[in-house]
Amino acid sequence: MSILIDETTRVIVQGFTGREATFHSEQCLAYGTKIVGGVVPGKGGTTHLNLPVFNTVQEAVSATGANASVIFVPPAFAADAIMEAADAGLALVVAITEGIPALDMVKVWQFLKERPTRLIGPNCPGIISPGKCKIGIMPGHIHKPGRVGVVSRSGTLTYEAVDQLTRLGIGQSTCIGIGGDPIIGTNFIDAIRLFNEDPDTAAIVMIGEIGGTAEEDAAAFVRDNVRKPVIGFVAGQTAPPGRRMGHAGAIISGGSGKAEDKIRAMREAGITVCLSPAEIGERVKEKL
Amino acid sequence: MKIHEYQAKAILAGYGVPVPRGEVVYTPEDAETAARKFDNGVIVKAQIHAGGRGKGGGVKLAKDAQEAFAVAKKMLGMKLVTHQTGPEGRTVHRVLLEEALPIEREMYLGIVLDRARGKPVFMACAEGGVDIEEVAARRPGSILKEPIEPGFGLAPFQARKLAFGMGIPAASVGAAVKAMIALAKAYEGVDASLAEINPFILTTDGRVFALDAKINLDDNALYRHKDLLELRDLNEEDPLEVDASRFGLNYIKLDGNVGCMVNGAGLAMATMDIIQYAGGRPANFLDVGGGASAEQIQNAFRILISDKNVKAVLINIFGGILRCDVLATGVVAAARELQISVPIVVRMEGTNVEEGRRILRESGLNFTVADGMKDAAEKVVRLAQ
Repeated sequence: MSILIDETTRVIVQGFTGREATFHSEQCLAYGTKIVGGVVPGKGGTTHLNLPVFNTVQEAVSATGANASVIFVPPAFAADAIMEAADAGLALVVAITEGIPALDMVKVWQFLKERPTRLIGPNCPGIISPGKCKIGIMPGHIHKPGRVGVVSRSGTLTYEAVDQLTRLGIGQSTCIGIGGDPIIGTNFIDAIRLFNEDPDTAAIVMIGEIGGTAEEDAAAFVRDNVRKPVIGFVAGQTAPPGRRMGHAGAIISGGSGKAEDKIRAMREAGITVCLSPAEIGERVKEKL
Repeated sequence: MKIHEYQAKAILAGYGVPVPRGEVVYTPEDAETAARKFDNGVIVKAQIHAGGRGKGGGVKLAKDAQEAFAVAKKMLGMKLVTHQTGPEGRTVHRVLLEEALPIEREMYLGIVLDRARGKPVFMACAEGGVDIEEVAARRPGSILKEPIEPGFGLAPFQARKLAFGMGIPAASVGAAVKAMIALAKAYEGVDASLAEINPFILTTDGRVFALDAKINLDDNALYRHKDLLELRDLNEEDPLEVDASRFGLNYIKLDGNVGCMVNGAGLAMATMDIIQYAGGRPANFLDVGGGASAEQIQNAFRILISDKNVKAVLINIFGGILRCDVLATGVVAAARELQISVPIVVRMEGTNVEEGRRILRESGLNFTVADGMKDAAEKVVRLAQ
């Protein structure tokens, strides 16, 4: 099984006709994802990649029965696009866009609190249930269907971990990139809870990084609720304080967000933490 | 983006936070002229993007214009070392002259983003003028917090709770409340990621002032604050980092000798970590992003190797969006043009990897191809020794 998305998920692409959106929609379609249309304000009634384009998310949902969307809209308009998708009642919204102002996401966060929509991202690679559905920009071919759930704040570091698993013959139930921004829709606890409840996920990989206290919070959740093996890594053990390491959320500030604190909290919660990113696959193999 | 104290104070004053009268100057002569406008002496404050300036000799009292000249002369051009600058310090290019105020009490005000609650949080503490992180560690209960509801700002009742909680005398609470609400407005108005007044002072005659101020701006929101872009001070940044930012590259200089070029921030940090794990020390963080062009990669490479400490380079690319053939083309072009002599270890996976490896092999240049991150880190650390 898998969490959040599977072969029945029907996806629309917001910002469908852009260069990145076009490239990745083609990749997702080739992987087997049921993309049923797209939204570009002003281009409604046309077609793109042989699929219908709509002016609004509401129209797209009515016409196609979509239940998920993926957002490639530029940062200045992305917060609005997320809220439009939630307003149209979509169950899942995946925001790939990097560079959304933090205070825009504060508004989105409040907007989503009153609605059932689950947001993944922003500033994330997306979500994939191998062999079933890929909503995002990750290379599909490195994944393999199986029983390990992966949740990560990073993009390419997730590909690295997944690649290690697949090379060892270990498949994945679902892999979620939750994003590198300070304010995100789905956090570690949300994803770990879903993996914990999924009977077909046997182990969980969590890949954190410096900044904030999401790893510490997730560690407390794991300690109290999770009996499946959890294997972790925290990127940025060598990162200097006060510097933003690429991701908007990856910064040690005010004495919080250090890798060592996260690693300690995770270990105290019984999580197997790798110090080398090259060991993630091996540790999972030992724990399965 | 970081800005100077005097710039932060100008922003805060614009929103109604009381700040001391002051003037920023670049020469001792101007310091002397400016100091004449103040009756009771001036405080001369070095303007650098780092805290702890007082302990490092970057804040001095001058009792008259002559002394202001002498103090400014000594301060301008000096290397100021604080716990935040690192041992190399920061050169002082401008100083702020401010009226000296009769301080009764020093307190703390600050706003940061509370990630777990998805909204900014206003913090206040009766104890100020010291490192707030130390206070937080020593007596966490002494920091009062109020969430800022998006769209509403800090409500007057919240500000009153904080003001009375800090023990501000009733006669000054009104002024303090106004200052706090103004600080919250400024935070939202300029899209700050951090706004801090430390110390927030009460004077002997019952007035309140932002005696020091720090504002960090959200880089992602700068597109809608074109006026604030002018506040960037390139003197405060590493020249290589400035160069990198012009090409949309994310580069941070560190002090090791293994240069690294990686796609993606998480993998770039993990690459630094594994270099250390293998017994070496990373020279930099460099994320070339997801869709880097050949030209961008060429620039990344040039910046990377212009750090003279770099003895070997590790290129670690896991192609998702980024195509390995594009990467290889950029690397080969840069290595040729820059006549690179340091050893280069390349680890590539992902889209068009075979084509990428072929381009490297057929380039006739000296690349070591690695298999996996562990192998790559061990090889590059050996080559850097």
